[in-house]
This record gives sequence, C-alpha cells and structure tokens, in this order.
Amino acid sequence: MAEPPSTLASTGRKPVGALLGVVPFFAYTAIFLAIPTLIVVVGAFLDGSGRPTLGNLSALAQPQIVSAFVHSTVLSAVTALLGAVFGALLTYAVATARAGGLLRRLVTSLCGVLAQFGGVTLAFAFIATFSAQGFLTVWLMKYGIDLASTTWLYDWDKGLMLVYTYFQIPLMLIVFLPAVEGLRPQWREAAESLGGSTWNYWRHVAGPILAPSFIGATLLLFTNAFSAYATAAALISQGSPIIPLQIGGTLSSEVILGQENVGKAMALGMVAIVAVVMTLYVVLERRTSKWLGS
Amino acid sequence: MPATRTPTSDTAARSGPGQGVAVTLSDLHRSYGSIRALDGLTLDIAPGEFVALLGPSGCGKTTALRVLAGLEDADSGRVEVGGQDITAVPTSARDMGMVFQAYSLFPHMTARQNVEFGLQLRRIPSARRRERVAEMLDLVELSDHADRYAHQMSGGQQQRVALARALAIEPQVLLLDEPLSALDAKVRVQLRDEIRRIQLEVGTTTLFVTHDQEEALAVADRVGVMRAGNLEQLASPHDLYARPATAFVADFVGLTNRLHAIAEGDHAILLGTSVPLLPGSTQRGPALLLIRPESIEVTADPTGRATVITVSFLGSTGRLHAVTDSGENVVAQIDNDAVATFYPGDKVTLVPRPNPALAVATAE
Amino acid sequence: MSLHATRRRRQAGFRWTVVGVIGLFFALPIFSMVEFTTRAPGGGRTLDTWATLFNFSVIDADYPELKTGILASAGLTVLTVTIMLFLLVPTMTWVRLRLPRLRRTVEFICLLPLTIPAIVLVVGLAPVYAWVAYFLGESSLWLALAYVILVLPYAYRALDAGLRAIDVKTLAEAARSLGAGWPTVMWRVILPNIRTAVLSAAFLSVALVLGEFTIASLFSRDNLQVAINLLGKRDGSLAIAAALAALVLAFIVLIAMSFVGTGRRSHRPEEN
Repeated sequence: MAEPPSTLASTGRKPVGALLGVVPFFAYTAIFLAIPTLIVVVGAFLDGSGRPTLGNLSALAQPQIVSAFVHSTVLSAVTALLGAVFGALLTYAVATARAGGLLRRLVTSLCGVLAQFGGVTLAFAFIATFSAQGFLTVWLMKYGIDLASTTWLYDWDKGLMLVYTYFQIPLMLIVFLPAVEGLRPQWREAAESLGGSTWNYWRHVAGPILAPSFIGATLLLFTNAFSAYATAAALISQGSPIIPLQIGGTLSSEVILGQENVGKAMALGMVAIVAVVMTLYVVLERRTSKWLGS
Repeated sequence: MPATRTPTSDTAARSGPGQGVAVTLSDLHRSYGSIRALDGLTLDIAPGEFVALLGPSGCGKTTALRVLAGLEDADSGRVEVGGQDITAVPTSARDMGMVFQAYSLFPHMTARQNVEFGLQLRRIPSARRRERVAEMLDLVELSDHADRYAHQMSGGQQQRVALARALAIEPQVLLLDEPLSALDAKVRVQLRDEIRRIQLEVGTTTLFVTHDQEEALAVADRVGVMRAGNLEQLASPHDLYARPATAFVADFVGLTNRLHAIAEGDHAILLGTSVPLLPGSTQRGPALLLIRPESIEVTADPTGRATVITVSFLGSTGRLHAVTDSGENVVAQIDNDAVATFYPGDKVTLVPRPNPALAVATAE
Repeated sequence: MSLHATRRRRQAGFRWTVVGVIGLFFALPIFSMVEFTTRAPGGGRTLDTWATLFNFSVIDADYPELKTGILASAGLTVLTVTIMLFLLVPTMTWVRLRLPRLRRTVEFICLLPLTIPAIVLVVGLAPVYAWVAYFLGESSLWLALAYVILVLPYAYRALDAGLRAIDVKTLAEAARSLGAGWPTVMWRVILPNIRTAVLSAAFLSVALVLGEFTIASLFSRDNLQVAINLLGKRDGSLAIAAALAALVLAFIVLIAMSFVGTGRRSHRPEEN
C-alpha cells in the first residue's frame, strides 16, 4: 500500500529526500505496470525453459494467428471508419446546436457514457436485440425478414462489427467535437465575403482544417477496437477469430509444448501495432492544436 | 488629439484599383427577441469615403456592418451599393472585403495563400494572381512574411494580412469590424494610421466599426455615433467634437464637464461668464452646460471661488481637477509648464472660454 | 431577405434528423433489453424477471455467483478508488511542489496504460499475480491492484486538471509556514480544494471497475461482469436484466459526475 510521504520528506531539502516522496508511486507502477510489460516483451523471446529464441515470433506465422491479426485489423479498420463517418456526422449536427442548449449537453453526456459501455453488457444488449429470440429478430419475422437463419451475430465480420460501432460512434463524438467546435465562425464568414460558396468553404477551409483531427480520431478508434477483448469474449463462444481472443486463449487453455510464450509474442505484436498508431495520433494532434489554438 | 479631415468627394482624381462606390443604408430595422439592435438606421457613405461607426457595446454598430456585409438579414429596410439594391443578395455575391476583430486569417494557410484565396475563387489566372498577391503584401509591408502562418505572426501582422486579403479582390466596399480592438495599445495606434494610409491610396469606400472614440476621430472622414440602434450624430470628427448634437455625443466623445449654468436664449451664464450655446441646447432656465476641459481657463487667485484638488502632468499638456465653492467638480486643461505652479489646496479662478457648448436641461 | 433563416432551418432539420436516426440506433439495444426481460411465457408483459433480480433472498439462494460477483465488484470499487487516491494525490501534489522535472515522467507512466491494452497487461500480470496470490491470498479483491493501473490515465487527467486550477505551491507553502505537517497539508489544505477533481477521478474509476471483465475472467476471479456472463449461460433473461441494471448504474454514476462541478455551488457557506 502507498505510504504518504509525510515523515520521509519533512527532513530535508536534499533532493534525495524529496525523491523518497514518489517512491510509492514508482514502486507500485514498477510492479504492476513495468514488470508485466517487461515480462511480455522479454518473454516473447524466451522459450518454455527460459532460453532465448525466435521460435515464438516464427510461431506467429501460423495460419490461425496470421488470420487473427488480419481479422483484428480489418475489424478495427472497418469499425473505425464507420464510427468516424457516422460519428463525424453526429458531431457536426451537435456542433451546430446552440452551445449550452439541451440537445448538445444531452448528446455529449450520453456519448460519454456509451463510449465506456462495452464488454458483457453490450454483448448482452445485442443478444437481446438480434439473437434468435431477440426483439428485432422476432419483430422482423412478422414481415418475413429472417435474421435467425444464420448465426451472423456471432461472426466477427458481421455481428461483432455492428456491436463495435456502438461504442465507436460515441467515442468519435467525444474525441472529434473539440476540433469541430474550434472552427471559428469568422473563417466561414471570411470565406463567404471573399466570394466562396458553402462548398468552397468546406473544400478549402473547414475540410483541410478538420482533416488531421478526423484522421487522428479515426486512428484512436482503430486502437480502441483493436485492443477490445471483453465484448468479443462475451459474444463469441466458439473459436478465436481475433487476436485478443487468441491471446486470451493462451492463458486459459492448455498450451502446446514449445509454444508457451507464443501468447507473449502475440501480445508484443499487438502492442507494437497499437504503439505505432498512437504515435501517429499524437503527431497529428500536435499539429492541429497549433492551428486551432491560433 | 482629433485630426481634422474634410469629406473626400473627388474619387475620379484617385488612381489605382478599387474605385469606391456609394453606399446607402435605408431605415434598417433588426430585432433579436425584445432587443432592438437596429432601429431605423439610415446612413449614406460617399464613394471613397471612410466612415467610422462609433458607440458603446450593444448600440448596433456591428449589426449594421454585418447587415451591409450580408452576414445578417435586416427585418426591414434597404441596402444599396453603387445605386443597386443588394438587400437580397447573398454575402458571397456582394464583393465586399472584410476584416474581423479576431481569427481573421485561415489558420492552415500561409499569408500568401490567405491573400490568394479570394483570387482563386474568382479564377484569376495564376500569373496575375501571384502579381496581385505580391502587390498586396507589399502594400501592407509584409512581403517577407508571405510564407508564415497565422500562429507565427503577431496580432498586428495578422490584421495587416487580413487587410491585404480583403483588398486583393478589389472590393467595392471595405468593412472593418473592430479590427484593432484585440491588439496592444501601441500597435493599435500604428496600425490605424496604416489602415488609413492604405485606404487613401486605394480609394475604397470603407465602413469602420469601433468603440474607441480616439481611434474613430483619428482616421475617419466622418464619424457616426450610434446609440440603441440608431445614429445620434453623423459628422466630421471636428464637428463631432466641437459641436456635439446631443449630450450623449458630448459625453461619449472626449472629456466633458457638466456644470450648472443658466440658459438665456442663445447663450448661458456659467461662473459669471456668457458662453454661446450650440443648436439643440435647452433655451431657458437652469441647465447643465457640457463644456470641454480646454474651454476652461485657470488662473491662480487667492480670492478665487474654486480650490485645486489634483494636478496631473500629461506630457504635452496638463490637467487640473478643481472643486468650486458650490461643490461642483471641474476638470480643466492647463499648459504643461503651468502644472508645477499649482498645488492642491490653492485657490483659483475658473473662466469659461467663449467656445460654443451644448446645454441640457438639468433633469437629464 | 431571410437567407440566413433558411439556412438555420435547414441546419436544424439536418441536426434533428441525424440525432434522431442515430439516436434510434442507440436506443434499440437498450429497448430490446427491456423488452426481452419483460416477456411473459404466454405472451404479454411481466416484471417477474426484475422482481427476481431485486429479491435478495432468492439471489442469495439460487444465484450465489451473482451475489458473489456483486459483492466482489462493490469491494473492488472501494478498494480501487482508495488505492488510486492514496497513490496519485500525494504523488502528483509532491511532484508539483518539489520535483517538477519528474512531471513529464509521471504523466508518461500514467498515460501508458492507454497504449497497453488490458489483454496484453493480463499476459504480463499472470506471473505477478502468482506472487500476489502467494502473499495475499486468492481473493478477487486483489484485482484492485491491477485495476488501479487501468484507471491511471483517466484518474491522472482528472486530478491534473484539478491541480492545475489551484495554486498548489502557494497553498502548501502557506500551510507549512503556519506549522502544518505534510499529512495535514494534504488532507486539510490540498484535498478540499481539488474535491471536484477527486470526485471525477473516483466516478471514472467506479465506472471502469464496474465494467471490467477481461482481467477478472482471465484470472478466474469473481466480479460483476464475470458473474453476469456466467449467468447468461444459465438464465438468459435474468442475466440481461442484471446487465441492464449494471448499465443503468454506470449511467447514473457518470451523469452524477457531470453534475459534480455544478453541485459545489450549493455548498458555499452563506455570507452575512
């Protein structure tokens, strides 16, 4: 447990004394954050007996793992784009509403909640809607539309994609709204007075200004979907079509001899992909803040 | 220190791009709910003239400018430019250049690209465009900043680029919405002279909105003082200052004393001296005379009926604050040399100079 | 004459259409949950499932795993929030006061969990948790130790905003010059002034802990979401009802947080 820095630091102005005050924090994060990360990174290059090897990495070339990476990437990219496009529409709609008005506050706080809404609860909500006995399935049956004939809901490229957009769109609003709100009315008015139409304004002014934020937000949505585990785990009971499920599988099921640390290699691969995307996001974000801050 | 300017009418003699056109606002009304932003505003601007709209916040000056620009619709009334009724014409077709108080420039474009924007929209061929952009940046003396972005420039530089951008398209009218209000005091003074210089060179009819009376008086051909959606007075800076039509104008423009006097027809008696009255003054009975500090002479006098409270040295001039035996506060202008000769507590005599002043009934 | 009025009307139309359509999409699953859990066997509506859910003796007897899950999550939220506050508030204040050069490092560490997905963390935590189990036992409550890490980015941002808004240095120096020891400074000077930020951080942590599934399930421990998931295999309707209840609870927690800022005004002491 953390120790308040009371007695430790009151002694001196010595830098060492002051440093003692942050020891609890660094110790805690070392044990529960740094060490696990190291275990993953290092473990990816060790075999079952602790000897260095590249076998885990080459094991990543197994067909089911490669396809899991591909599926994860496709799933994340598609839901990121869907979430970005519809989320951007929603964001623009909300941004044109009166600031401080009911619509804007309601939608913004609802999105704050829905963006966190994931995992088991979300999966069950969709089961209640689209499963064989789901509300919508039953309702559409009356009109001859049969949703129950296939198990589309539990497929990573159909049901899961639909479920993911449920938290991607609100997340888009939260991340993108500040950028849209940053569009100054003077820019539109200046464009108009210089002879520009609405199309000119969007094509030459608002579009280019918002583009980095839009792309950045889409990247964020990508990592969000890529990292998600709980929703898929609750929805998909057979097979592990995406990487998070594959990784989860290595923890709970029996592992083939010689492949104990493949899970770590997969985790490393996942972190690498997420890290690259997040770096791009940070770079884009820094660029826009310069423009919109002016 | 108000500069005197005479309204320019001879635009034919002016050379260069952007010949000014006449602008007429007729009986404009605009309400937002119960607030009347414009209440029958009528304003004529001669070709090439520089008119400033001056007034406190909420008086409707910005609304008037935006109605002229087409960014807002008037509830009723007419807007004519160059003899044509453009009331129903959208902003993008009005051919007016506009400079805003803040966030004028497109942040993702360099100065050069900003200035080029309007020209690109008009499909001016690129060679001519480049020429024009260089010309404009030269006019505002920012040629070596052409490839900088807004966030790399100071506020004053941004506004100069905004001016270049507005003028690049050779607009019929130039509209400036408090362009200096967001800038430092020193930059403000420099830039307002720049704007005037450029406007005289280019000759575009200009409407300039501000709440700073010194600014308006310094640059405009005529100044319109607005209050509650309409003009109180539209006159040259000198006339506005020396011959205010209403108490509001007298108070708003420059410093004014309000001293008790007796009105007798075309003059009033103040502190024993006769002061001619301006038209529009109250004619009979007790009144408040609105008299400028420089219209009051101060002489040291042990038998005087006023006492010095404070004396301030203002560089080129001095200010003396006194209170009369009857309890009225008076602010008078004195020579900077004379400042050292007065001390708080000294007795002085105050004598009004015979400059015409406005008198209002004491109830006001 | 009314070009702008037309444009505004068109914008409003667009706005309400977009919000309406997307709103329908979002309302549908939640509505379905309500519909699903109120179906009566022969058609028609019934509140039986909900009655069962809130009948504690029945839950205790027939669905012990749900009870265990609820209790575990309750304990986990308390434990996580407590550890998080005791860890972050002193550290962040201390860094602001005495070690400003470490600020970026602390910030980087706190935001790192955003880049390290929970599923990856779990892989690395497995050996660590073996030690935790050895020293502290197998209780689900020790998941809190990992939850604090998950919560770090959100809690850090909330607390940072709060600390930025007050002049920590001056407050601390004033208190110290009056003779206060560091615990007093933290507890009686700093903390009351960042109440809003602390509450925000706490609410965000609660919402996250209530929704956490990955780590708990992969470590075979109990919590609310794990329990609901297991329940789903047994009694779909009850599980969905429990899920909806958990969702509504999270809604309430987060919406309460958005009122935390404005709520402070009502606590201002009266001036005479």
